[in-house]
Amino acid sequence: MRFGIITFPGSNGDHDALMAVRLGLGQPAELVWHTETDLSNYDCIIIPGGFSYGDYLRAGAIARFAPVMQAVAREAEAGKPILGICNGFQILTEAQLLPGALLRNASLEFVCDWVWVRVEQTHTPWTSQLARGARLRLPIAHGEGRYFVDEKTLGELERAGQIVFRYVDAEGNATPEANPNGSIANIAGVCNGRGNVVGLMPHPERAFDRLIGGDDGLWILASVLAVGLEVVRGRGGN
Amino acid sequence: MNETARWRAEVFVSLRPGVNDPQGLAVRDGLRRLGYQEVEEVRVGRYVQVWLQAPDVQTAERRIAAMCEQLLANPVVESYRFVIEPAESQ
Amino acid sequence: MPVTPELLREVALTEDEYQRAVELLGREPNLVELGMIGALWSEHCGYKHSRPLLRRLPTSGPQVVQGPGENAGAVDLGDGLVVVLKIESHNHPSAVEPFQGAATGVGGIVRDIFAMGARPIALANSLRFGPLEESRQQYLFHGVVGGIGWYGNCLGIPTVAGDVFFLPEYRQNPLVNALCVGIAERHALIRARASGPGNLVVLVGADTGRDGIHGATFASVEDPERSHRGVVQVGNPFLEKLLLEACLEVLQTGAVVAMQDLGAAGLTSASAEIAARGGTGIELDVAAVPRRETGMTPYEVMLSESQERMLLVVRPEGLERVLEIFRHWELHAVVIGRVTDDGMLRVLDAGNPVAELPVRLLTEACPIYIRQASESDAIRTRRAFDPDTVPDLSVNEAPRALLVLLRSPNIASRRPIYRTYDHTILTNTVLPPGQGDAAVLRVKGHRFGIALKTDCNPRYCLLEPRLGAQHAVAEATRNVTCVGAEPLAITDCLNFGNPERPDVYYQLVQAIEGIAEACTVLGVPVVSGNVSLYNETEGRSIPPTPVIGVVGKLSDVSRHVGLGFAGEGKVFLLGPERATLGASEYLACLHGIVAGSPPDLDLELERRVQAMVREAIHRGIALAAHDCSEGGLLVALAESCIVGTIGGRFRVDELVAANGRLDRALFGEAGSRIIVQVAPGAEGVVLALAHAYGVPAFELGQTGGDRFIVDGIVDCLLDDLVAVWRDGLRRE
Repeated sequence: MRFGIITFPGSNGDHDALMAVRLGLGQPAELVWHTETDLSNYDCIIIPGGFSYGDYLRAGAIARFAPVMQAVAREAEAGKPILGICNGFQILTEAQLLPGALLRNASLEFVCDWVWVRVEQTHTPWTSQLARGARLRLPIAHGEGRYFVDEKTLGELERAGQIVFRYVDAEGNATPEANPNGSIANIAGVCNGRGNVVGLMPHPERAFDRLIGGDDGLWILASVLAVGLEVVRGRGGN
Repeated sequence: MNETARWRAEVFVSLRPGVNDPQGLAVRDGLRRLGYQEVEEVRVGRYVQVWLQAPDVQTAERRIAAMCEQLLANPVVESYRFVIEPAESQ
Repeated sequence: MPVTPELLREVALTEDEYQRAVELLGREPNLVELGMIGALWSEHCGYKHSRPLLRRLPTSGPQVVQGPGENAGAVDLGDGLVVVLKIESHNHPSAVEPFQGAATGVGGIVRDIFAMGARPIALANSLRFGPLEESRQQYLFHGVVGGIGWYGNCLGIPTVAGDVFFLPEYRQNPLVNALCVGIAERHALIRARASGPGNLVVLVGADTGRDGIHGATFASVEDPERSHRGVVQVGNPFLEKLLLEACLEVLQTGAVVAMQDLGAAGLTSASAEIAARGGTGIELDVAAVPRRETGMTPYEVMLSESQERMLLVVRPEGLERVLEIFRHWELHAVVIGRVTDDGMLRVLDAGNPVAELPVRLLTEACPIYIRQASESDAIRTRRAFDPDTVPDLSVNEAPRALLVLLRSPNIASRRPIYRTYDHTILTNTVLPPGQGDAAVLRVKGHRFGIALKTDCNPRYCLLEPRLGAQHAVAEATRNVTCVGAEPLAITDCLNFGNPERPDVYYQLVQAIEGIAEACTVLGVPVVSGNVSLYNETEGRSIPPTPVIGVVGKLSDVSRHVGLGFAGEGKVFLLGPERATLGASEYLACLHGIVAGSPPDLDLELERRVQAMVREAIHRGIALAAHDCSEGGLLVALAESCIVGTIGGRFRVDELVAANGRLDRALFGEAGSRIIVQVAPGAEGVVLALAHAYGVPAFELGQTGGDRFIVDGIVDCLLDDLVAVWRDGLRRE
């Protein structure tokens, strides 16, 4: 399964995503420069973390206009699995491929830590191999990660099953103490209506090896391989 | 007891001329990429509104200037200007 | 040209130095030349006071691939790789604008690393402030920490280690020292030596503005705030990220002969240094330099300190490929000159000569000063203070004293700082900040790993600079040892006051001597470093602060230990049983006294203790190891319990007897001390090992439970200690 990992000027999580896919999953992955206009070669797409265009103005605000984002929108429309991590999540919300917005952390400080998240939905390609309610320990590292939607949209997201990950404590409870950035309803990740586009603030690509603190991130990255199998089955006509 | 009134100050903080403004450069390039070729320069600043009590506009100006010097702007790299107008009382 | 005292002051040259320049040049320099000479003959660039002293430092060893004199030092790791390291100060800019000052400090040190052709993999920083209770110090502290985090996080280089100390003497002069470590293939290391006359000089990165003109001289003159407001530079980590990737990519072309960061004194320093190292000359045309502002003079272009710029020497036949790569990364790169064979630095403005100076005049001919050195009487008096004159601690007061120390900003949890630094990016961080005495990083695809730490106890250095500097080397290497790594090399940042004062010059001489002695005995060379003098305001100077950064190697990165006790096991103290209260955190926190003689240091014993602990970790019989330094034994035990989230029961009666005082036994400080937790069943092996290495060992007790108990002295919930330790740095 071929992973395309998009690099914007200022991306800095692209190499980690590449390593996680190659070393952690043993799958082929390539970096795709932001001027690329065709992503049809890839079976799934990761928009990695970083500070695209320095995050000046607003995180993700300038990157969303990069040429590659039109291709991302096309592939999203076509149902291809797309994962936005951290700055990638911010870019996807700025591009309105995901609902909501990411605001400055409630603490007003950048926060780097390991947190627990709970899997809320398993219908997305990025959570298909996880159980609902499963807990994952993942790193976070962001200054603008406070997820925000208005109350009405929040209700709609809940009903439509678009809330994919929530920050929880070690016991799996979504408490205020477990919320590292003040996100509404402890939301750590969401998906689009169809479920193929997922964004989250925690970094699954930084958790692919126990030597560096954990490998829970592989659950997310590996889940998409099931989609790959489907694709292969489809191609093979079996 | 002194008579005081309510004022609203609009404070505009910007980097001093000549000070490197990476944010302005990134936004300038972003605008040009979107086709706004006429853009020559962009400098990004901060806009702050302050509501305060003061007996007269001169006092309000003096206080706001002090706030700018001390907190709202860093005089080492930033300049500021402000506009003060009477505000509705609460 | 009339040379007035004002003009000389402006370029920071003395009358004698000016005369020397005229003599060497055989004529009067013009204004541009005068500015260039002033910048390169500044303390910051020319090392006028420290150069003869630095020759004392041991800089060689079988592992050294590149010693001092280049952008950074390099040490062999095996498997064809080297680790590249360098520390640098950004004290003066940070005093004026803490956020940008610290941020651009990070930017500068990162450029030094990738200028060597190494990929930066980790950052560390060593910070000093005045008392955190004061609002101005909180402003500086938050600004500096914010700036370091912003720049490093944005660049995507993890900040994994460091140290911070608060002392009233740093009130006016905070210290910000940034360290960067990179990895390179040994054969791909590049030096900053302009060779091959006819090769092209390329400037890449940010456009040049009037940033920090005379920053180098500003860093060398007292009281920056008063004289140099308005020269603060604003960093652009986004641009630096592009520059980093692009520079590493152009090196792959083989067309690049040399690379040099533009730091202090900008183009002048960068071009003079690469020409000097290459034994060549350089001709530049300032008209080719892309500008951010209009109307800049050649003087301003040559001395601008605009950030995020790099100078390259490129073979003409490879130029197009190099420029193509820079275009891909959306960077401005232009040819501004060429290498010549006449040993001159020639500056043109659209073809018209504006300056022509021998490169050697700018670099090697820089005057050198050997000053009068004598210790200040005040310090001698303070050192003579006998700590035995303070009343001993009663057993009842001991628990409160422990809480006071755990809450001290010099001891309390560093989490409020490192939580704002991205320390997981690049997916190499094996032991993150807070978990071990040093950070541990893996190198993907290799069995070995590296460890990193900075240290310097300024109280020790203040009271006895030579011994204090020895302690700094000992403690930094000890911390690296405590995670299981063998110290490989040192990068040092020498922060001092005004060397023209005999008492400060004395401190400088003594500290360098102390570093040299400790490095020699411990077998660790100094491969790079930086000197920052004139850290003083209104005649009050900082304590001597020779910050020591150490990089170590773990032959097997999976064989590391943290500082937190790992489950149940017996705990031993290795090292001397006697401690001292002189210059201790205890004396400062509980009695408000900064005086007395710092602890003695037996460097031979230090070497043996470290070797023994490394062996114990490597053999898997030490489960945790923690340097026992500021705050003494009880604080070290408490920290290992807190980080390990496990209590313990300890007894110290033997130590109390040996020390003759309760306070000295519990909170006295000593060098060469490490507490280790031993794997169950391996106690005998550890004692045999200690015997073999000639290291004193004392059994302290056993971990377990949720209480922190020292028989007859303390018995409390571990959580009570956590509560005070956790928030010691918070001041809301």
